[in-house]
Amino acid sequence: MTWGICVLRIDKLTKRFGANAAVENVSVTIEGSAMIGVIGASGAGKSTLLRMINRLADASEGAIWYQDREVTQLTGGAKRQWQSECAMIFQQFNLVPRMDVVSNVLHGTLNRRSTFATLFNLYPTEDIHRAIEILDRLGIAENAPKRAEALSGGQQQRVAIARALMQDPKIILADEPIASLDPMNAQIVMDTLRRIHDEDGRMVIANLHTLDTARRYCDRVIGMRKGRVVFDGTPDQLTTGVARDIYGAGAGFSEAATSTDIAALDIGLERLPA
Amino acid sequence: MTDTTQGGSPLSATQGSYMAMVRQKRLYSGIAILIFVVLLVSGFHTANARNAGGFLDGLPQIFDFPADVVSEAWDKRADMAGLLWRYLPELIETLNIAAVSTLLGAALGLLLSLLSTRGMAPWPPLIPVFRRVMDVSRALPEIVVALVLIYMLGGGPIPAMCAIALHTAGALGKLYSEVNENADLKPVDGLSSVGSTWTQQMLLGVVPQVAPNYLSYGLLRFEVNIRASAILGFVGAGGIGYELRNSMSWGPGRFDEAAAIFLLLFVTIIVVDNISSVVRNRLSEGARP
Repeated sequence: MTWGICVLRIDKLTKRFGANAAVENVSVTIEGSAMIGVIGASGAGKSTLLRMINRLADASEGAIWYQDREVTQLTGGAKRQWQSECAMIFQQFNLVPRMDVVSNVLHGTLNRRSTFATLFNLYPTEDIHRAIEILDRLGIAENAPKRAEALSGGQQQRVAIARALMQDPKIILADEPIASLDPMNAQIVMDTLRRIHDEDGRMVIANLHTLDTARRYCDRVIGMRKGRVVFDGTPDQLTTGVARDIYGAGAGFSEAATSTDIAALDIGLERLPA
Repeated sequence: MTDTTQGGSPLSATQGSYMAMVRQKRLYSGIAILIFVVLLVSGFHTANARNAGGFLDGLPQIFDFPADVVSEAWDKRADMAGLLWRYLPELIETLNIAAVSTLLGAALGLLLSLLSTRGMAPWPPLIPVFRRVMDVSRALPEIVVALVLIYMLGGGPIPAMCAIALHTAGALGKLYSEVNENADLKPVDGLSSVGSTWTQQMLLGVVPQVAPNYLSYGLLRFEVNIRASAILGFVGAGGIGYELRNSMSWGPGRFDEAAAIFLLLFVTIIVVDNISSVVRNRLSEGARP
């Protein structure tokens, strides 16, 4: 790991929609290639936080720094350059359904290519080869010529991860990457994200809606409630009491109710088709 | 998770077959672009060669007429308010023609669209017949229908209204049937299961789903029909177009009247466009849960 080389610093970040603050006064510093899980109830501001890091949404106040760059001040080409370094994975995959899988993966290079060349599908051969290699790494190379819409949800999410890898990003943001997937595909996708983090040393920040996923895959967990950070620590520190605070639940809250653990399925997983 | 490829196809084979597909696609799109460019250039040459005075020679004179109109209207600007007031009744007549023909055309188009949508049509074998009826009513230019009707029925707003309504029925019927294709047929099944008639199924099961889109297309058509009804005035169908032709064909001396009529038309189109975009926005926002 390359600690201290990549530093993402979020400083008193606030996002207001009218009178409501979706994200309020969030300050977080992330060093190295950590794998971070952000947890919290719906509407806690997790998505808005990630969208501001990628600059899909603008911050109302505060700043985001990456190394010596103030991300929140970037505009035009510099902003798009940042977005190409900071890949985003969405809950609903956000692929172009009518285009084939490889073209969707090649969209990861759009920032480096001219509009004219991409319009006529004139990608360099080495890019096409690399796209298929990435798909092969994620175990879905045989789907390369198919349309994205013909794939299952889990496969589509892996195409989305391949598009992110094609960007060769320093940071991968994953906004509820497994919320639309069944438990088995959810595990495949989370394993993939963890593997990218372990093998490539990329920083991964994932919004997750279940505690056990965050505990199992992340080095550090950030809990948000009503736009504020209410917990920041290791998975071990995430006790049931802390979880009650994050979700604002009463004593009746039991973790089993939110669990989507499929440990029981692990044994059979190696034999299942990808 | 294992990372081996499945199906036994090696990576290079996948890459090779995909590259072959890409090369073929590039070849096809290259040929298509080439054909397009050749047709475009040769077509422009033909058109320019046939143009009597030459397109480029006539270009500087394009603005002579608007310049005459504007300068004369400016000289007589004191009379403008009076002229606007004088032509207001004709404008209202034109708007009336457009509104009535849009309503009639939309009703007819609704019927034709339901009769020609697969899954909704009560007589499926007749779908092609109703489609051809719509094609024909779309294909006939409004001005031709209006001229024939004026010849038979005499001048006035009625022939114009019939002509525009016929065209609108064909145009809206086509658009409405496309909207119908996307409608959910489950409510129709539900209503059918309680023993309702076809008309009840359509009015209660389909129309509520498609009404916002219908209205949006109907408003767009109303804008188009205002222009159409103004143009039909040129061939004697009454309304503001008739006055515009008179003032324009008199030549210099009555260009201030032409300017007033143009102004009325511009303002009307802008007002209708704004109102209909407000209504359409409200409809599409209201459609959200």
